[in-house]
Amino acid sequence: MIITIAKYEIRTLFLSPLAWIILAVIQVLLGYMFLAQLDNFFLLQPQLSQLDNVPGVTDIVVAPLFSLAAIILLMIMPLITMRSIAEEKRNKTFTLLISSPISMTEIVLGKFLGLFFFVFILVSLLMLMPLSLFIGTPIDIGKLLSIFISMLLLLSSFAAIGLYLSSLTDNQTIAAVGTFGALIMLWIIDWVSEVLPRNQEVVSYLSLLQHHQTMLEGIFNSADVAYYFIFITVFLVLTIRQLDQERLL
Amino acid sequence: MPSQAVVQVENLSRFYQNQSAIKNLSFSLNAGEVLGFLGPNGAGKSTMMKILTGNLAPSEGQVRIKGFDIIESPREAKQQIGYLPEHPPLYREASVDEYLKYCAQLRGIQRQSINKALDVSKQQCGLSDVGRRLIGHLSKGYQQRVGIAQAIIHNPPVIILDEPTVGLDPIQMRDIRCLIKKLGQEHSVILSTHILSEVQATCDQVQIIQQGELIYHSSVETLNLSQTPSMTIGLNQPPKIEQLKQLDQVTHVKAIDDQRFELFFEGESPAQAVVEQSVQQQWGLYELIPGQQSLEDLFIELTQDETSVDPEVAKK
Repeated sequence: MIITIAKYEIRTLFLSPLAWIILAVIQVLLGYMFLAQLDNFFLLQPQLSQLDNVPGVTDIVVAPLFSLAAIILLMIMPLITMRSIAEEKRNKTFTLLISSPISMTEIVLGKFLGLFFFVFILVSLLMLMPLSLFIGTPIDIGKLLSIFISMLLLLSSFAAIGLYLSSLTDNQTIAAVGTFGALIMLWIIDWVSEVLPRNQEVVSYLSLLQHHQTMLEGIFNSADVAYYFIFITVFLVLTIRQLDQERLL
Repeated sequence: MPSQAVVQVENLSRFYQNQSAIKNLSFSLNAGEVLGFLGPNGAGKSTMMKILTGNLAPSEGQVRIKGFDIIESPREAKQQIGYLPEHPPLYREASVDEYLKYCAQLRGIQRQSINKALDVSKQQCGLSDVGRRLIGHLSKGYQQRVGIAQAIIHNPPVIILDEPTVGLDPIQMRDIRCLIKKLGQEHSVILSTHILSEVQATCDQVQIIQQGELIYHSSVETLNLSQTPSMTIGLNQPPKIEQLKQLDQVTHVKAIDDQRFELFFEGESPAQAVVEQSVQQQWGLYELIPGQQSLEDLFIELTQDETSVDPEVAKK
């Protein structure tokens, strides 16, 4: 049943031009960035070759690319998640799901899985760029895998928080703006860590992109993975509770 | 017919903040019956139906569908229900086939029987020709039919339709009423409406609710029998009212205007006597309509006078 809803979700997503345009725009932006980064690498190469223990092409080209990708997607994911529940509420189609013999948990998980499929497609397309480097040079597969998983987890967290905000309203714009605000807040939350040295660890731990950064460097820490899983679970549970609560109002 | 009621509602109440939308409502419905919910706008009909289908939680009371409590075992209870809400829940960008297929999957129909269920419900609702069209491009009447098809696709024992004929033209209305009657032969149907003739045409039972309270409950058959028979006649050269009163069987005469009169009678209809007298005395009879406004009169009478309580309800 979860799969049925997820399939329909992804189908609806790709029926509107929005999903295609988002994929295209991201691909163009990051493609340009990738080429620029590659040129940088060629400039640096003569100097690098004289040093010991230099960072490889994965560190110089790929890691910054996905660091930027995270920020671009932070602004774009709200556009994908906003319609998920808000649109169904607005069009009164959510009744169809509620009156069917399925639990709220299944509905929310189905919706989330649909978004996860989209994220998977998106990240897989982006991964083609670093993979193309294989033609000319060996790259660090382990690091690449770490980056891939990190991107999936990060974007799934974006999706979970977007889903929650979409369940709060029947207005897509409000859902998008809310998600956008929440994501930016979670990004900049550790900027105060220098001013507040005592709470530094707490705030920087809360920051979504902090965890992404360490994984981009190839440090696959189970604490980071756990952070993302807890983050996703919390927002999915909140969504389920929110929707269940609405029947009581 | 099984002795256990298919739908059982006990002491149902529902409050929005301090306002109560439904007060202490109880009723039950047997298999193969069509129940019509009547009420003015805002009487609580839609709230009632939302509660029956698990879209809203009741504040107090119980709803059982085929013995399954809608709160405690929602999955089993919802499996028994097909629901057409006030606004049909249609995905405008999907085609009729895609949409119905998705609905069938949501209701847990086995993969191999989906196509068959699809064909049956499309055929029942007269959608066989539009399967590939996008729902957004269909007319309102067809969209309504898709909504009904969605409700019956898993062949549920209980079908709940919230104002199924709103916004349709007279021919579409007639078609949908026929469909409801047909459905009523095999399923239990609950329908809400504020169109009175619709209830008379399609339902076995009628309930009138106002401000969340059940103020009238009876079968349509007894309703039709219980009314005082009457007829309306129109005469070009009307005689004195006393003369009309002297006709056989006539108990009471009411003048509607100068030329038209309403005759109330007991036993056999005095229609023949009226025609004969009219010819003999040159009244110039130009109109003779048997009376049938019962439900409408009742409805207006009940909903305007809030204190009136029907004896049948009072008995409970």
